[in-house]
Amino acid sequence: MAEKDKMTIIVYSGEMDKALAAFNLAIGGATSGMEVVMFFTFWGLNIVKKNEGSIKCKGLMRKMLNSMNRGGTRRLPLSKFHMLGIGKWMMQKLMKDIKFPPVEEQIKIAKEFGVKFVVCTTTMGMMGIGHDAFIPEVENFAGVATYLAAARDSKVNLFI
Amino acid sequence: MNADETLDCVGFYCPMPIVETARRLKELKTGQVLEIIADDEGIKQDMPNWCKQTGHECLGVEEEKGIYRAFVKKTG
Repeated sequence: MAEKDKMTIIVYSGEMDKALAAFNLAIGGATSGMEVVMFFTFWGLNIVKKNEGSIKCKGLMRKMLNSMNRGGTRRLPLSKFHMLGIGKWMMQKLMKDIKFPPVEEQIKIAKEFGVKFVVCTTTMGMMGIGHDAFIPEVENFAGVATYLAAARDSKVNLFI
Repeated sequence: MNADETLDCVGFYCPMPIVETARRLKELKTGQVLEIIADDEGIKQDMPNWCKQTGHECLGVEEEKGIYRAFVKKTG
């Protein structure tokens, strides 16, 4: 195998279950010898936001948005049966039961196998947040052309 | 089947047996065989398919009472 096969995943959703699906696939691809790029856009930004500290932004509407949409791995809801967090708590217990790693652990595994994280700058601009809102594992901030450059010669392109 | 090393993945589900296999194979020498023990039936197909993609050789997956033993030979 001279050149590695490539895979891209657009992570549009910001829920825990969908994040797990995305990382599961990314890790599967990376451990199978593929070059994997995860492109986080819109609600997906929440998955790679820092858990600690406050989100800095300007303007009333953005402040409101960012306080309601704070993000960070610990704050991701379930897309179904969240039930004010009870559903999520139960799901996390079941995951622990089958030794299934939580999102923060899957981020570490993905990085261990070289998965690249790109964050959408348009969403950042709309939400008024900067590089400092994100975990250090995010190495790139870019737009659609950067995604397409990777997707064009990838064999697997997914949208979650 | 004889293996040089054994990896216990009982209780783990996809993708963890694959992740642990990838990690352990990095430490092995070319030609050595790793035995992976798991109870997630997905491994029956996942291990041969993972080997097909990575170039490692899957020597077989044995099944006995819900326990699967996969044998992977490290190449290159």
